[in-house]
Amino acid sequence: MKINHPLLGPRDASEFVYLGDANLINRPNAKSETAAQEFYDYQYLRTNNPGEHKELWFHEQGDRSWLVVTRNTLTHEIKNVELARNIARARS
Amino acid sequence: MRYSGLKILKEAFSGHKGWAPVWRNPEPKSNYDFIIIGGGGHGLATAYYLASTFKKAQIAVLEKGWIGGGNVGRNTTIIRSNYLMHENEGFYEFALQLWEKQERDLNYNTMVSQRGIINLYHTDAQRDAFARRGNSMILNGADAVLLDAEGVKSKYPFLNFDNARFPIRGGLWQPRGGTVRHDAVAWGYARAADLRGVDIIQNCEVTGFDIKNGKCLGVQTTKGSIKAKKVGVSVAGSSSRVMAMAGMRLPIETHVLQAFVSEGLKPVIPGVLTYGAGHFYVSQSDKGGLVFGGDIDGYNSYAQRGNLPVVEDVAEGGVSLMPMIGKARLLRMWGGLIDMSMDGSPIIDKTQIDGLYFNGGWCYGGFKATPAAGYCFAQLLATDRPHETAKHFRFDRFERGRMIDEKGQGAQPNLH
Ligand SMILES: Cc1cc2nc3c(=O)[nH]c(=O)nc-3n(C[C@H](O)[C@H](O)[C@H](O)COP(=O)(O)OP(=O)(O)OC[C@H]3O[C@@H](n4cnc5c(N)ncnc54)[C@H](O)[C@@H]3O)c2cc1C
Repeated sequence: MKINHPLLGPRDASEFVYLGDANLINRPNAKSETAAQEFYDYQYLRTNNPGEHKELWFHEQGDRSWLVVTRNTLTHEIKNVELARNIARARS
Repeated sequence: MRYSGLKILKEAFSGHKGWAPVWRNPEPKSNYDFIIIGGGGHGLATAYYLASTFKKAQIAVLEKGWIGGGNVGRNTTIIRSNYLMHENEGFYEFALQLWEKQERDLNYNTMVSQRGIINLYHTDAQRDAFARRGNSMILNGADAVLLDAEGVKSKYPFLNFDNARFPIRGGLWQPRGGTVRHDAVAWGYARAADLRGVDIIQNCEVTGFDIKNGKCLGVQTTKGSIKAKKVGVSVAGSSSRVMAMAGMRLPIETHVLQAFVSEGLKPVIPGVLTYGAGHFYVSQSDKGGLVFGGDIDGYNSYAQRGNLPVVEDVAEGGVSLMPMIGKARLLRMWGGLIDMSMDGSPIIDKTQIDGLYFNGGWCYGGFKATPAAGYCFAQLLATDRPHETAKHFRFDRFERGRMIDEKGQGAQPNLH
């Protein structure tokens, strides 16, 4: 697999470390009344459907940025790659 | 039909005309007491133990493809009970004891071969961890022997003992571990279940659940809807997508694991070996092929095929452990979907939906569990009580902070 890094261009997937579902960006608020339940959901439960999957990859052997990769888990085809920090900033 | 030496002799003298198909291919009835979804090793074993031990009832196994086409026919056939945590070890030892009597139980040659498994260690810290694990195994009734380098050398003289970076210092040996002919396990349980009246329905995909007021009343399938008092899901790598049809999210990610077989060679590897300094394990099949594998590819996948970086990694591990493997040519390689759980341990439990039960999260190690997973799941389905050795494999252990995390990796499935 090649990941088209937004800053560095196409890089081999073996330069990256995989974390998992991009939903891990959305850390719950620890002060919320239902924090325990929300953290359980966040930490342990996954939607894990076949098909399109947004996921976090870390460019460990490169510029050490976190990417959000949109990949089809049935074909391994990569549709979109974004910098995770841009997504996180746009949300907050 | 019972298999025996006498039967073979009789058939030899009568032109082998008396062999019949070993299971029927029935159409589904409209109603069952128990439906098991998934005709892999676990599903078929569950049906067998339900029919033989727990309940004389109307039972069906629904399989979307053909039985044995899933992981039960794709794995590297290793059985062992060499776990550290008490929540796991008792269960896997129960499984190993069931393997030991499986052929007699099923009247079927599943080629259970207790050729021993050795986990190699390369550092002092690894030796200490293995000593501890061995003690835990012995406490749970299993067998374990800590070997030094000489002990390993007497069995495997050809290994690369003096590797400058990762010298082999010894290994943790479980003499009762070994291998089993994987698809014979599916066929053996299928035949035994069929003989006890279980309907094995192939090419029948479950496409939905019939759930009303928090109760599961049956399933929809590509062969119509079927009612059941209780439904057990045992679909390995498809766990998340099947349970999603019941509105559940699981503590599971689906990953791909690859395996490899070399051309047939003369006997060279007497048992099962795992490398402690890289991702590589190997045994030799009775046909002579070296059967080996390594790590999962490491990212979510439903593709049933892996990628090249892991192939390279496995090949590197193999060559650094036993350089002579470099001369063997690869015959086949393939991948299978595995349901990696958040702590690397399985789940055998009721769901919050009445009448719906789940067995899954077996990661890359569920083949060795097959007989016990079947037994424990059958007991849970029949009695609503977990089997003593499986009582920790619950959905709510993550919420309660009671993870069964052999490696202490945390909620990171690709590290388990
Ligand atoms: C390459 C590889 C190597 C492995 N090596 C080992 C090993 O050495 N030792 C070990 O202990 N374990 C090993 N494993 C793990 C082991 O194979 C699995 O954990 C175990 O086989 C899973 O249980 P099963 O046999 O019931 O699964 P499967 O055989 O996969 O059965 C599940 C069945 O469910 C069916 N199904 C799915 N969805 C539906 C639906 N909607 N409706 C109807 N049916 C459905 C599938 O078609 C499939 O046949 C390995 C796995 C792989 C992939």
